[in-house]
Amino acid sequence: MVTSPMTPERLLPGPTPVTLLDAAGQAVPSDGLDMPADQVLLALYRMMVLGRRFDTQATALTKQGRLAVYPSARGQEACQIAAVAALRPQDWLFPTYRDSMAVTARGVDPVQVLTLLRGDWHSGYDPYQKRVAPQCTPLATNTLHAVGMARAAAIKGEDMVALVMLGDGATSEGDTHAALNFAAVWKAPVVFLVQNNGYAISVPLSKQTAAPSLAHKGIGYGVPGTLVDGNDAAAVYAVVRRAVTSAASGAGPALIEALTYRVEAHTNADDATRYRSRDEVDSWLARDPVTRLREHLGRRGLLAAADVAALEAQAEAEAAALRQRMNTGTRHDPADLFRYVYAEQTPELRRQQHELAAELAELELAELEEAGTRDDDDR
Amino acid sequence: MTTTAEQDRALAAGQAVTMAGALNQALSDALSEDDTVLVFGEDVGTLGGVFRITSGLAAAFGETRVFDTPLAESGIVGTAIGMAMNGLRPVVEMQFDAFAYPAFEQITSHLAKLRNRTRGRVGLPIVIRIPYGGGIGGVEHHCDSSEAYYTHTAGLRVVTPGTPADAYVLLRQAIKSPDPVIFLEPKRRYWSKEVVSAHADIPMDRAVVRRSGSDVTLITYGGALATTLEAAQAAESDDRSVEVIDLRSLAPFDDETVTASVKRTGRAIVVHEASRFCGYGAEVAARVSEQCFHYLEAPVLRVAGFDIPYPPPSLEEYHLPSVDRILAAIDRLQWRETASGAQAAG
Repeated sequence: MVTSPMTPERLLPGPTPVTLLDAAGQAVPSDGLDMPADQVLLALYRMMVLGRRFDTQATALTKQGRLAVYPSARGQEACQIAAVAALRPQDWLFPTYRDSMAVTARGVDPVQVLTLLRGDWHSGYDPYQKRVAPQCTPLATNTLHAVGMARAAAIKGEDMVALVMLGDGATSEGDTHAALNFAAVWKAPVVFLVQNNGYAISVPLSKQTAAPSLAHKGIGYGVPGTLVDGNDAAAVYAVVRRAVTSAASGAGPALIEALTYRVEAHTNADDATRYRSRDEVDSWLARDPVTRLREHLGRRGLLAAADVAALEAQAEAEAAALRQRMNTGTRHDPADLFRYVYAEQTPELRRQQHELAAELAELELAELEEAGTRDDDDR
Repeated sequence: MTTTAEQDRALAAGQAVTMAGALNQALSDALSEDDTVLVFGEDVGTLGGVFRITSGLAAAFGETRVFDTPLAESGIVGTAIGMAMNGLRPVVEMQFDAFAYPAFEQITSHLAKLRNRTRGRVGLPIVIRIPYGGGIGGVEHHCDSSEAYYTHTAGLRVVTPGTPADAYVLLRQAIKSPDPVIFLEPKRRYWSKEVVSAHADIPMDRAVVRRSGSDVTLITYGGALATTLEAAQAAESDDRSVEVIDLRSLAPFDDETVTASVKRTGRAIVVHEASRFCGYGAEVAARVSEQCFHYLEAPVLRVAGFDIPYPPPSLEEYHLPSVDRILAAIDRLQWRETASGAQAAG
């Protein structure tokens, strides 16, 4: 029997995750997927090292009170970096709150990325500049925005693909269901990348779904599902690249589940020891995505010890620069609260802005008077 | 249902059209005028919508611009957001008021906030059309007055026409607005008829005085407008001169028109179908009290639906504000006795 692209079997993921590099960094042959070019692998490694250092620096900033909160993506570098590297400049990225590393990999200024978590504004970057939607805190709602963006591109005849990131927990939300369904019916050029990192805060995948895998969910919508080793940057790159190319050619959406692990707690405010064992974390640390790629590149003579050291020095320098920039205080203008609610300020918001300004002016006056009284006392 | 072409002729000839027809014409004109306008939702394509508001549009403009979606309201609004980010102007339909609730998160957390989140970099010119309110004998979940959920959400504009002419004008303005607009259509007035002019100079966010009077101001909107005008007419026989304001825009609120009227009449009643507790009228009453206190001869009253889930069809007449209930409220406005024995305005 000849299998056409539409037979149900073609929509199912393979029995094991797609892998191009095993845990020791050895190349393994894969059915139909080529190992990315050396230059691509080197670029991935470079971005992963820089990304990891950015991530650990952000976590450190929470401890110094420079960030209100930070959801780390440590351990998920292969997903974050390789997915972004597989995009073309004209494509769009729809990230979640855990995808700061991916957003910086897309070229957005790290200080602007951290604006949200620093508490300075809800989103700090211009989405149109690098084609990155604001990081989404509500779960799965961004999946629909990506589908709409992609559908609009198809309507307008633009060559563009939208890649949306979501976690294992988000696949339980209704919006994920609607998004996969709308995307499939519309044949929209969207790639859904589920980073299955094992936990939705504290809830393990076993309490999230009874499906054989999250990639299996695709068949219910007529969307091909692919399961990939999410700690294998080469495999993630190849799988996402294939999905982007296919979507851009008009073949419709793709669902990719990347198996990975959240090495840190949900955020700095979470205590992961309450719901998972040290052994479990250790077993995943042994499958570290950065080490794996380094081993591979080293073994093939593409990366010398000096290259590794130089890159690490660069990562340190970037982290130091970030620290310094995050130590500079930002000026906050209370009038901003009223500026962007509508395209044109409403009379009511103008009144409220004046109300606040008057309140602040009175406060300032009272402080000045108090200071004046103190000066008098001093004399 | 008349065809778009027939409506065109009716409009041009100055003949009366229904509110449904006026809305259909507004959509048709917007689609003709601006290539980026899209119309989509459940059953809006081939069928033309359950109320036929989009009748004939898919045939006239093609399925790329007017189309049926899978059945998921959150999906409709969520994808509209992505489309608007990519330069399109979606006009989407929620089939009934209560069926818009699955889209609530997309509306309140994203549609209303994206401009502010991005410091004005991403605007979402989206119109969400929602047939709302009762009076048509609809079974449960088909008759909610859900306006306060939306007016309480900063970043949304909320408008509701009370007449066919306004339905046309407001919908055209809503589609042109750079802000997201919740467009509430009083479904019980879909079949009311009047002559509609395509040219209107009243901005979308202004209220209008539908009837001038000097004794009391009735403030209303949407489905309750016709009932309120009827009550105002009936009050004439009691020698009460009643002014009726049609708010049109629920958010933002036109304080200027409302306070100018109440300062003149000294008495005010808000009339709406929605439940009273924390209803839209509470905000109106508070604002009028704050801004017109020294001009008021009586407390601001509310004639509203009861604080109950919307009743079944056989009982809805007891719930909806009626002419008699409005007249009774007018009588409670602390009128002074005059020498002749009749009551007169203070």
